[in-house]
Amino acid sequence: MSSEMNGIDRTGTPLVEMRDMVKTFGGIRAVDHVTVNLYPGEVVGILGHNGAGKSVLMKMLSGALPRDAGQILVKGRDAPITNPRDARDYRIETIYQYLALADNLDAASNLFLGRELVTPMGLLDDARMEAETRKIMHRLNPNFRRYNAPVKALSGGQRQSVAIARAVYFNAEILIMDEPTAALGVEETRMVAELIDELKKQGIGIFLIDHDIHQVKALCDRASVMKNGRLVGTVDVHRATEDDLLGMIIAGKNPEHLAA
Amino acid sequence: MTDKTGRPEGPTMTKRRGLFAALEIDTRLLGMIGAFAVICLVFQVWTGINSQALRGDVAMNPAAWLVEGRFLTPRNIFNLTIQTVSVALMAAGMVFVIVTRHIDLSVGSLLATCSAMMAMTQTVVLPEYFGLGLEHPLIAPVSILVGMVTGVVIGAFHGWLIGYLMIPAFIVTLGGLFVWRNVAWHLTGGQTIGPLDGNFQLFGGINGTLGVTWSWAFGLLAILAAFYAILSSRRAKVSHDFPVKPVWAELTLAAFAAVAILGFVAILNAYDVPAGRLRRLFEERGEVMPEGFTAGYGLPISVLVLIVVAAIITMVARRTRLGRYIYAFGGNPEAAELAGIRTRFLTVKVFAIMGLLCAISAVVASARQTFHSNDIGTLDELRVIAAAVIGGTALSGGAGTIYGAILGALIMQSLQSGMAMVGVDAPYQNIVVGIVLVLAVFVDIVYRRRTGDRV
Repeated sequence: MSSEMNGIDRTGTPLVEMRDMVKTFGGIRAVDHVTVNLYPGEVVGILGHNGAGKSVLMKMLSGALPRDAGQILVKGRDAPITNPRDARDYRIETIYQYLALADNLDAASNLFLGRELVTPMGLLDDARMEAETRKIMHRLNPNFRRYNAPVKALSGGQRQSVAIARAVYFNAEILIMDEPTAALGVEETRMVAELIDELKKQGIGIFLIDHDIHQVKALCDRASVMKNGRLVGTVDVHRATEDDLLGMIIAGKNPEHLAA
Repeated sequence: MTDKTGRPEGPTMTKRRGLFAALEIDTRLLGMIGAFAVICLVFQVWTGINSQALRGDVAMNPAAWLVEGRFLTPRNIFNLTIQTVSVALMAAGMVFVIVTRHIDLSVGSLLATCSAMMAMTQTVVLPEYFGLGLEHPLIAPVSILVGMVTGVVIGAFHGWLIGYLMIPAFIVTLGGLFVWRNVAWHLTGGQTIGPLDGNFQLFGGINGTLGVTWSWAFGLLAILAAFYAILSSRRAKVSHDFPVKPVWAELTLAAFAAVAILGFVAILNAYDVPAGRLRRLFEERGEVMPEGFTAGYGLPISVLVLIVVAAIITMVARRTRLGRYIYAFGGNPEAAELAGIRTRFLTVKVFAIMGLLCAISAVVASARQTFHSNDIGTLDELRVIAAAVIGGTALSGGAGTIYGAILGALIMQSLQSGMAMVGVDAPYQNIVVGIVLVLAVFVDIVYRRRTGDRV
């Protein structure tokens, strides 16, 4: 196991460590003593079949689900995350599979949802929020113009860029992306891939839940594979073949020589 | 928020098309105003024909029908507005309830409980237990406060049952419909309580109006407020280099607002206080009424209350975090939750606001009839929901405007009083109102499909 791999320094304290995480739903162990970690500037794929426990594991990090047991460490410090507001305080942002946007509101309202900018009188400062949204969107998606349209009127890629802008604007250090390209076309998928590269360069750590093995090979540095709530293993994606990954996902075989 | 859907957007921002596009007027609002105008015209003509028929010579002259109509007289418009206030107040709160994907079936009963609490406070508790005696100046404000606290507490309790105990709003408020109607009965021992305090009665409509001078003053104030709103919104946009409407469009809108406000005040001022009533007022003060003295009623205090409440609730909806969260929750409850919004407490707040508005509505309703009765507010829940829905509030949540709901209440009320004026029996009136409700929602669904909104 090399400490330096693909330019990512794994000697120091990880950005996030989730230790021995457990979540039970009515007697079923959705997540069973799983340990994963994430270093700055790294993309860690979380792989597995439907129901393997990937999303539940990530929801415990984002505060959407309380954990039954286990410990979350952010930069080596205990992070008692119990709700989405806690997670935000640790600069953890999530981009959900179904984007978690309020369809009836415009881009700026969604970007600032829960963290609105207000005037000195405590009223919403929509003009300033729109100005900030224009700035960040200009960076992420220069062609975006539809600031006054409700997001339901936007294309999948535009909606995705709003969701990503939300994470970037609030200086996320840890990003959870749940199948970010599932609803996107080829061109839009390429755009998201470029964006992930960009975020990595800024030292942001990303957990990427994905089904698509090609996508994982292209985007991730390491991959943690789950099956039936347990961790099969964590491997170096660049050394693992697609067959190795599929073997882990389907048969639960952990190729020890690829451990990372 | 929702009116943003009506704005033209996209890359063609600089190329404005058409008059309405430039004015950026909500097309749904235009449709509703159009429907209201049609209703007014139909009843104006119908009452005109009726009064000619009464004389026995119906002229084949539409202009004469219009002139002789009794629907668009200052007197009837005055009555129409004060009849609308009670339902309109609650409809404003119902918008928030429906936007958050809930429903409140208990508003009529809650109104009755608030009314009973206030009636007992002002006729028994304060005058007898506290020894203030009748008509003490503290009676009206204390009673109103008691009513408001009652409404907020009961509303918040409903919200707690719905938000925290996860009982569906339909069930909680259906239970409330039975409970609060009969709590009201219990509070008063089943009796009609009245007459109510004189100051309290000022909120009822005809017994409390601003008079001509103050009505004009209010009109001017309202115009200034409208101009300020238009100007400050333009300034905010200019300061961030956002595209703005052409100046002529802003001026046209401002002019429309000014004409509408002044016209409304002028109509209410034109309704003269009957000579007999004026003479009595002078006699009460020990004076003799001068020959040829007249006085207009002007703006009723109850309508003033509605205007102020509507302005505040609209402000809450558009310019506060609470309002933003209400609409966000309605659009996508999960997204709101994941964004860190305390959605359960939000439900409590929404129902507490509904309760407060029921209480204010109870003040107006009981003051209007000058006493509290057991049947006060009966079936109001249906009128209120109908008003909100006719006003474009989507039952699927996330969309609805306060002004729409108030206009919806006005449309319902004008339909009903119009039919009463032309002699349609009450059962037939209800049949028509029911059909109109369904038709209005159908038109709304077609409209939403066209604009790509959620049905």
